[in-house]
Amino acid sequence: MGYTDIIARYSDKPGGLIEAFHAVQKELSYLPEEVIVEAARIFNVPVAQAYGVASFYSMFSTKARGKNIIRICESAPCHVAGAAEVVAAIEAELGIKAGESTADGSFALELTECVGQCQATPVITINGKAYLDVNPAKIREILAEYK
Amino acid sequence: MAEEMRIVLRNYGKIDPLKIEDYLAQGGYKALEKARSMGQAALIDDVKKSNLRGRGGAGFNCGMKWSFAASATADQKYVICNADEGEPGTYKDRLIMENDPQSLLEGMAICAYAIGANQGYIYCRGEYPQVIEILNQAIDQAKAQGLLGDFDIEVRSGAGAYVCGEETALIESIEGSRGEPRFKPPFPPVQGLWAKPTIVNNVETFANIPVIVDKGGAWYADIGNPAYPGTKVFTLTGDVNNRTFFEVPTDTTIRALVFKFGGGIRGGKKFKAVQIGGTSGAFIPESLLDTQVAFDAMSAIGATLGSGATFVLDETRDLVDVSTRIAKFFEHESCGKCAPCREGTARMHELMKKLNEGKGSSKDVALLEKLGRVMSYSCLCGLGQAAPAPVLTTIKHFPADYNAKLM
Repeated sequence: MGYTDIIARYSDKPGGLIEAFHAVQKELSYLPEEVIVEAARIFNVPVAQAYGVASFYSMFSTKARGKNIIRICESAPCHVAGAAEVVAAIEAELGIKAGESTADGSFALELTECVGQCQATPVITINGKAYLDVNPAKIREILAEYK
Repeated sequence: MAEEMRIVLRNYGKIDPLKIEDYLAQGGYKALEKARSMGQAALIDDVKKSNLRGRGGAGFNCGMKWSFAASATADQKYVICNADEGEPGTYKDRLIMENDPQSLLEGMAICAYAIGANQGYIYCRGEYPQVIEILNQAIDQAKAQGLLGDFDIEVRSGAGAYVCGEETALIESIEGSRGEPRFKPPFPPVQGLWAKPTIVNNVETFANIPVIVDKGGAWYADIGNPAYPGTKVFTLTGDVNNRTFFEVPTDTTIRALVFKFGGGIRGGKKFKAVQIGGTSGAFIPESLLDTQVAFDAMSAIGATLGSGATFVLDETRDLVDVSTRIAKFFEHESCGKCAPCREGTARMHELMKKLNEGKGSSKDVALLEKLGRVMSYSCLCGLGQAAPAPVLTTIKHFPADYNAKLM
């Protein structure tokens, strides 16, 4: 399904722009400029306003990024549980820094705030799925699921 | 010492959350039936009598809030559940929604009847895709059984903005806009979603409602601390032995939370500090641990109850480092609408980083105290007003950590 059709499914929903962005991102991993322009047309809002929404929320990206989105929580409970070592281990494994994507487009690495799984810190999520009690030694095995 | 008491988590582990039959077998939806037979005025009076106060952090009397929306005249009213649980260290709303979603739906339906609304929204944080699925299934099941009557509920997903936990920012987000808080008044019960009277309550608040209606407001008012009755769910993180959750009456002390329920400090170390209410909460020293975990009791010691997140730190932890991390959080999460928060959180993080790197002086500490004071009364919403609390309370209660890092 093209992005126009995806966006159009939400056009009757009051305030459905954010839901439409979520749906497009599920397919494309980010929100390209033409998607934002098209969404503005369908929802009948100025392009600046649609872009304002796309750039406000941290889960939306207006830049191309890897398909599998790894997010590492660095809020205080994960911070004291050793999140920084987990970040370093993933960076080393993928050869990229937080905020970057791998050259083959398979992974994006992002820092995030609390994901609400604080019973077992540190926590990372991949495409929304949470991995608990993560430590540097577990990273290779976890990432292998997505390679 | 106090024992655990489960009201909002009453069905935890006892039912299959995806089987409405299980919820019905536990007496589910009997409270909605009773509420409808009571009539709106008597229902709201009973909720008022329970003295249930909002579990999202603001502590406003729930029945009172409902009465404002009930008395407003409008062609359309809305009920919104705030499930944008973004406060670091908090996962109580996820527990309720994952394990007993019908209890939330029933609470919302009772509210809808009380104020005369036929449309509801659950605004669930985008980080909980699995919870959104559970909620949608639960809504379908309740509708299929005809339990909700003409009340419709739609789940909307957040997209990673902490500020959307603020009720007017949340409303903006449901409307499809940037989640920036509105100027108040008007408050949502008068003018909320699409400018219509709207009740926004937290997941935990709604989950209390069926039990209150079932057992009566007087029964509830008698539990825990009289000024903030009932129970509260706490999630324990950091250096405690039991990193888990508990629901306890509100006359439980912080000491009992950490040492009884939390099982004390890990690795035989000594207690240093506890931060309650989430990352905007105050850091509390040993000397104040006998405070009850009720709204006003916490305010009296310059702390908050907030979401009930309980973040415990042992004697080896450096509070300047932890507060620097927290300052970074607020710089990132400030929505940028008002200058005191947009600029203040950035400067606060800058100063904390300087101190944490050992490059700061006592002048920087004094500047932080002044900046924090200004932010606490000049920021537009609760985010900016509460953001300085961790820094201000660590300066106040743990000056040694700062002194050790001064140039």
